[in-house]
Amino acid sequence: MENIDRIKDPILSIKDLSIAYNKGAKYAVKDVNVEVKKNAITAIMGPSGCGKSTLLRAINRMHELYPSIETKGNIFLHDEDIMKMSTIQLRRKIGMVFQRPNPFPTMSIYDNVIAGYKLNGIRISKSERDNIVEQSLRNVALWDEVKDSLFKKGTFLSGGQQQRLCIARALAFQPEVILLDEPTSALDPIATSRVEDLLVELKKKYTIVLVTHNMSQAARISDYSMFMYLGDLVEYGKTKMMFTNPRDSKTEEYLTGKFG
Amino acid sequence: MNAQAIQAPTISTSNIDSRKLKNKAFRILVIVLSALTISPIALILGKLIVKGIRQINLDFFYQNAPNTLEAMTAISNGEIIPGGIANGITGTIFLVILASLMAIPIGIIIGIFLYENQEKRYANLIRNLSDILQGVPSIVLGLIAYLWVVKNITNGFSALAGSVALAIMMLPLIIRATEETMKMIPGTLKEAGLALGVPYYKVILRVLIPSGFSGLSTGILLSISRVLGETAPLMLTTLGSPVINWDVSAPTSAVPLLIWEFYNDPNMVDLIWSSSLFLMGFVLTLNIISKRISAKRKVI
Ligand SMILES: Nc1ncnc2c1ncn2[C@@H]1O[C@H](COP(=O)(O)OP(=O)(O)O)[C@@H](O)[C@H]1O
Ligand SMILES: [Mg+2]
Repeated sequence: MENIDRIKDPILSIKDLSIAYNKGAKYAVKDVNVEVKKNAITAIMGPSGCGKSTLLRAINRMHELYPSIETKGNIFLHDEDIMKMSTIQLRRKIGMVFQRPNPFPTMSIYDNVIAGYKLNGIRISKSERDNIVEQSLRNVALWDEVKDSLFKKGTFLSGGQQQRLCIARALAFQPEVILLDEPTSALDPIATSRVEDLLVELKKKYTIVLVTHNMSQAARISDYSMFMYLGDLVEYGKTKMMFTNPRDSKTEEYLTGKFG
Repeated sequence: MNAQAIQAPTISTSNIDSRKLKNKAFRILVIVLSALTISPIALILGKLIVKGIRQINLDFFYQNAPNTLEAMTAISNGEIIPGGIANGITGTIFLVILASLMAIPIGIIIGIFLYENQEKRYANLIRNLSDILQGVPSIVLGLIAYLWVVKNITNGFSALAGSVALAIMMLPLIIRATEETMKMIPGTLKEAGLALGVPYYKVILRVLIPSGFSGLSTGILLSISRVLGETAPLMLTTLGSPVINWDVSAPTSAVPLLIWEFYNDPNMVDLIWSSSLFLMGFVLTLNIISKRISAKRKVI
């Protein structure tokens, strides 16, 4: 893989990462080396099944959900090996948002935002809680829309609002990195553009890694892009560079819509 | 436009008539069959109400079952039989509570285990065993509880023995309901919990089980209403008692046991109907509640 833009002081460094879902099965992610820039949006693109989600989920070890999965290589958050961190510590620092909005259906909007604390049994005072809920909802521009219905179920919100609620839930922990796996693919265009605006706003405080199926989305909002193909990281660099002047012919074919 | 499309309407006038006729005949058939299905329930309820309502008053709920002498005296004086079935009602409630305490946690744990290990061979084995258990005649379960508990633990007929038999009957239903409910909860909810760093067992306890509340409670209530009327296993285990009992190691009465006792005593026949009416009402109420819950708390 060519990687011309070396990133100074990266927040995440992925070293020789290979992942197979079963022992001896083909690699879903092959020998990936990549560094992620702080306070930027990094997009992961590529055709369906190329390993985007697998790579993303490895970053907060959600891929360990599959017990037979085999992981080689290392991922560092700053200088800390994430494999050596406890999952609760790791996932407090690296939050995740999924393709389909998945607020907890039994919880109110308020409880959804604070769910990370509640479910982990982290005790904080009422005023702190109120504060975190308000701040997190403001951060996703949802506060004004829901401040009068904080104790209603989160599932009554529209799809776009639910997805922003899920982002707020991830933000409540004040993470350093937020991972998003095709967060707008289930949303309509208006809700999509609100989430995109939000991500651009959020990168001031957080580092964002975004899997997207949608090239124009990557072009609109990302600073860096990865292009994956069959588990390989084919190309990685500044988004502008990649879209105007791809170095690899596969990338060019993908970006010009020849496959995908 | 092609020829076929123009021709199509012309074939039909007689056809439509015969179709209408068929429709009508079919509708009548459906109505008749539905009526046939409903009629046994309507007949049973009607009979129970007509024959049993006379005996149902406050005493029916507060007093223990009368003895045969009291009943005989009342009948010869042309009065209604005194007393009630309080020993049976409390016994049934006591047995169901004990059985639930055993069957609900075990059933939910096994159900979740099966859901977590869907494809595994040992999960299939357990699933099949649970299905077989569901088919075991209740009297056999009564015998087993007799051997385990009456003979070895309480050294005599006891509420515990009866509730063990009932718990074994409830178990397969709760296991199945738990597994099916868990399957219906989107996997994304589990991921949402794990992505917050919540340990797996807590995700199950605090996310999955609450989200599946309606399915679980429906399954539990149905399993309870399934065992409420069980008589045979209780004859071998709890025996029956003329007084209210809240001691797990002592014999206990139950509504179906009382019905059986009333049946065997020519002086008490009138109480059969009121007790059956009560039992039927209890089961129906549980069914309605479970329907309500699943409609109201539907989150998934
Ligand atoms: N749970 C799984 N078990 C086995 N193989 C899987 C699983 N999830 C994904 N894969 C395989 O891993 C590869 C990468 O999948 P994924 O990371 O989901 O791709 P993407 O997100 O780019 O569509 C695919 O070949 C897919 O078939
Ligand atoms: Mg994916």
